[in-house]
Amino acid sequence: MISALRVSAADRRLLPEGRMAGPMPWVIAIMMFLTILAAAAGIALAGSARTLGQDLDARLTVQLSEPNPGLREVQTREMLVGLKRLAAVKTAQAVPEAQLNALLAPWLGNEALNNDLPMPALIDVELKRTGADDIAVVRELVAMIAPAARVDQQAKWLQPLADLLKSLTWLALGLVTLMTIASSAAVVLAARAALNTHRATIDVLHLLGSSDNQIAGLFQRRIALDALFGGFAGLLLALVVMLLIGERMRALGSELLGSASLGWGGWALLFLLPLIGVALSTVSARITVLRALRQIL
Amino acid sequence: MATIVQFENVGLRYGMGTETLSDVSFSLTKGGFYFLTGASGAGKTSLLKLLYLAQRPSRGLIRLFNEDMVTFPREKLPLFRRRIGVVFQDFRLVPHLSAFDNIALPLRVAGNDDRDIEKPVSEMLAWVGLSNRASARPATLSGGEQQRVAIARAVIARPDILVADEPTGNVDPEMAARLLYLFDGLNKLGTTVVVATHDLHLLSRIGNATMMRLDAGRLLDPTGALRHPPQMREA
Repeated sequence: MISALRVSAADRRLLPEGRMAGPMPWVIAIMMFLTILAAAAGIALAGSARTLGQDLDARLTVQLSEPNPGLREVQTREMLVGLKRLAAVKTAQAVPEAQLNALLAPWLGNEALNNDLPMPALIDVELKRTGADDIAVVRELVAMIAPAARVDQQAKWLQPLADLLKSLTWLALGLVTLMTIASSAAVVLAARAALNTHRATIDVLHLLGSSDNQIAGLFQRRIALDALFGGFAGLLLALVVMLLIGERMRALGSELLGSASLGWGGWALLFLLPLIGVALSTVSARITVLRALRQIL
Repeated sequence: MATIVQFENVGLRYGMGTETLSDVSFSLTKGGFYFLTGASGAGKTSLLKLLYLAQRPSRGLIRLFNEDMVTFPREKLPLFRRRIGVVFQDFRLVPHLSAFDNIALPLRVAGNDDRDIEKPVSEMLAWVGLSNRASARPATLSGGEQQRVAIARAVIARPDILVADEPTGNVDPEMAARLLYLFDGLNKLGTTVVVATHDLHLLSRIGNATMMRLDAGRLLDPTGALRHPPQMREA
């Protein structure tokens, strides 16, 4: 890529350089802006989906719906002791009644909660690892202590959300791919237009003994510079937008949105995208110009 | 003297039209001076295009520098083109380059450094009387000045073959004589010169020049001297 920019000052003059005059750098800037945003969304969503999956796959909720409060309390205690003894269980904690009431209050109202409404006891269980065998062991214990109790896998009821996150990740990846193709197509069109504009100069250079590589080198340098400017302008704009969106997400205080971070690898990839864009543009321009030159003797 | 160019039964047809050149056969010897004449539309420019490798023939054989140019790989043509200087009828100067840079083009294409270009280009500019116009762009030059730049560009790299299409068409008689003197000088250094012209007065200025006459795409060669030059017959 660096060698694509290495052309002597005299050779550079062979094609007039109106760097910012044409629309090409701006087109690349817009495409790169959208590509970086889509890539950032994809990386963040993939991270969220991964975190969600890791968190939920190993989590169970045991629901004891015994209407007799005394018996329910006994069952809860026995259940906690039994669960903590299981090798597969990492932690087991009863959800405090106050927390449960706070969760239900918006739907049932404080009055209903105070009027002896039988409330189930909930126990959050975290397994050491995810696996059907470990879940079966927990189910066995629960059935033994309280046959009417239910064991819910948190992953099951949050599965649609996890699926949505995965779908959005793939969508983002698809958008990045489509925009990369569109950017390459724009470069090909720009290279063809530039070839037509400078046809007379190219003919003269050819007849004076310029090789296809020499002529292609001039074009690929121009396009590489346009792509470099456009790429980093797009990156800068995308960073500003991402910072603003990040601020808004933090203000929401959502745990799920909070997990949508890019990580060092993600940031590195985003900063690499303009450089990948330059390399892609340079190669596209070179191939286009060489193909066109092969049409003439 | 060795043969540097050989045409045998060369025909050229553009698209599906009639042949612009038919059965053209001749040999050019190294160091020869040739005038190519003929009426407008006789095929002079087409023949020159074949000579400076802008076109491949529709049929026949063309040998340049002992290589078959009809089947020669396209990617190797640039090295041969660098050995041929061309003065185009329409000059074909690069509009955004100065006179200096236009003249320097063949040297730059051949990979010469700027420091190796400065002196010969400045000398050439002086020779064609354009030292004070070195930084002028073609659009600001008169027709005659543009033609001199085109000629300077064609000869700057000391080509083995110089092909000129009506090189004195836009210059006054004094400059025409000067340019012809330049061509003659190059010819004496060993460059084979082919000049297409309508100006029959030019022919008398070069004593040892050979005349080639095209008529309706055919080369007139009643004695066979163009096809088999004397030195070839001796060989």
